[in-house]
Amino acid sequence: MKKFLAQAYIWLLLIILYAPIVIIAVFSFTEAKVMGNWTGFSTNLYSSLFTGGINSSLITAIINTISIALIAAMVSTALGTVAAIGIHNLRGWRRQAITFVNNIPMMNPDIITGISLFILFVTIGLTQGYLTVVLAHISFCTPYVVLSVMPRLTQMNPNVYEAALDLGATPMQALRKVIIPDIKPGMISGFILSFTLSIDDFAVTLFTKGNQGLETLSTYIYADARKGGLTPELRPLMTIIIFTVLLLLIIINIRSLKINKKLNEKNGKKVLV
Amino acid sequence: MAGKDAIIEIEHLSKVFGTTLALNDINLSIKKGEFVTLLGPSGCGKTTLLRHIAGFIKVEEGRILMEGKDISEVPPFRRELNTVFQRYALFPQLDVYDNIAFGLKLKKLPEKEINKRVKKMLKMVSMTGYEGRDVNSLSGGQQQRVAIARALVNYPKVLLLDEPLAALDLKMRKDMQIELKEIHKKLGITFIYVTHDQEEALTLSDTIVVMKDGRILQTGSPIDIYNEPKNAFVADFIGDSNIYDAVMIEDRRVSFCGHEFECVDEGFGNNAPAEVVIRPEDIYVLPNPAAGQFTGVVRSCTFKGVHYEMFVDTPEGYEVMIQDYNAFEVGSEIGMLIKPQDIQVMHVSRVENIFKGEMVDSNHVDMIGGVFECPQTGFERGQKVTVRVPYDKVDLMDNVEDGTVCANIDFLLYKGNHYAIHVLTEDGYSARVSTNDVWDKNDMVGIKILPGDMTIEKAEEND
Repeated sequence: MKKFLAQAYIWLLLIILYAPIVIIAVFSFTEAKVMGNWTGFSTNLYSSLFTGGINSSLITAIINTISIALIAAMVSTALGTVAAIGIHNLRGWRRQAITFVNNIPMMNPDIITGISLFILFVTIGLTQGYLTVVLAHISFCTPYVVLSVMPRLTQMNPNVYEAALDLGATPMQALRKVIIPDIKPGMISGFILSFTLSIDDFAVTLFTKGNQGLETLSTYIYADARKGGLTPELRPLMTIIIFTVLLLLIIINIRSLKINKKLNEKNGKKVLV
Repeated sequence: MAGKDAIIEIEHLSKVFGTTLALNDINLSIKKGEFVTLLGPSGCGKTTLLRHIAGFIKVEEGRILMEGKDISEVPPFRRELNTVFQRYALFPQLDVYDNIAFGLKLKKLPEKEINKRVKKMLKMVSMTGYEGRDVNSLSGGQQQRVAIARALVNYPKVLLLDEPLAALDLKMRKDMQIELKEIHKKLGITFIYVTHDQEEALTLSDTIVVMKDGRILQTGSPIDIYNEPKNAFVADFIGDSNIYDAVMIEDRRVSFCGHEFECVDEGFGNNAPAEVVIRPEDIYVLPNPAAGQFTGVVRSCTFKGVHYEMFVDTPEGYEVMIQDYNAFEVGSEIGMLIKPQDIQVMHVSRVENIFKGEMVDSNHVDMIGGVFECPQTGFERGQKVTVRVPYDKVDLMDNVEDGTVCANIDFLLYKGNHYAIHVLTEDGYSARVSTNDVWDKNDMVGIKILPGDMTIEKAEEND
């Protein structure tokens, strides 16, 4: 009985979590304008999504979303890594102070970040559009990169950098040949985190995109839903995004499994030798 | 001091970390091809000194010369020396070959030459065939071999080693000591080796530099340092020893433990205070008490593998540590004999505490960071004074609040019938104490001095 209850609880949780996603996926395979009406199986929504049967501004929004996310993730990975190395080399109260300052933007509600960036851009007279959205995304992604790179740095043997200098590497060579390879996993997870945060973002984008007609996926869907119901083509789009993410997750998991297996093999060898 | 064959010379090097003086006016000359060990307890400044030579710490005061050229401002990557780190510091993402080839690749040597030199080094550290191995899969000893090869492959003029064997187990450490010694002999380059292990220092070095609190206490060959320690700290740190307060009666005659002995030291003056060191293996035990210079009763006898270690109490109340191949029964009375050349007499600079102070009023004096009550002096407020307090009149209180000044036990030494203790106050003043109470290093204590135990004089004008 106890076991049954425990099992039921898990299933209930999974259903609550995944039902909305499954419903969207299921209804992407029918032509009905309104969600919930099943008018027979059809892949028409998918073909109209790709053949431009719908408003081409959706495609533009998708391209904007991805390009902004890529730029923001790349720049914040670079900035965050440099910042993390700097913080790592600080001592005492300075380090604590900067770590604290780094943590504030992550705790800050998005809406506050959005409004304050909006005010900032207006004050300095920057025309709001693609550039301001990218800048805004960089600003809220960078702290996360710092956070994911820091643990790698603290794990690193502090003498490794000195060893590189000792063997004749200039500080830049040491950074490139020794430190970066060592903290790469932290940089990659920081990049992925930034990328997903950027794609996911709505509040900050809404406040910084200006009124020149720039839309990302999230703001497009929001505007579209307010105009009179969701465009049916959004259902196949959501389904594609969900399955892409699922596929990515599976690939990442398989990769880490393989790496673990390789490590185990190596350790096994060590025991044998 | 600059000899023609000196490779590294250090002149007046000092370094302050925060409020502590990590290095205090270090002067040292290291000869080409020498195996020099910097030896001392943790926090003595030995690693700081090594890191200055390597270039990881900026020289702020003093200078470092290499082959006569000032390298104080030269960054580490342009110094012709290489370092072996305590925790190996291998590059985890590179394999054994690429770790060792790292320095050569930076120098853009031809691939063939690199290959030849790496192979040669691997052979020297007995790691042939390990080229392609991931360094994380190697044992501690193997990693250390790779680290040594990685440093030596660059043919440095000086090899710096920062406690390279500290992380290895005892047996591995002994093996590596022998190998290091052989590598040194074979290559003939200068080794500067940092360790806190006195046995390791004695085994490996041509020259030992004993350090404490940022200063060099003694520099000399292992035999010199062992047989003729300059002061009680060196004697206590290197090997086991019996250390006693003594009086040099005249040249070649010294008195300690309540007896007079013949010795070989001269020039101390008559009835001069001194300290003596007698190594436990230098005391001869005679079953017939009457045959010895002095007698004692065996209190304990422990088998130590090669020898027995005995603690003997003399009727005068002193404890003597003896190492002998023969065991003597606990409780038996024995005679003891010390040969003149085995008695090492050391100067003592003073026999009582001398503090500088300033009068607060006629019977209170401000010294070593606190205001002490003192006998009526009649001196005015602000008068600079010298206060003398015998070592055994400084009281250490368990309860910090019971003392006038709070202090930390810095160093302690058993002198056969009492402890000689060196304390450091919160404000950095030092005082010496003789006591029968048992304390541990780093205990926090309160210092109390009774007014009657002070001798106060007006300080000299030029003080």
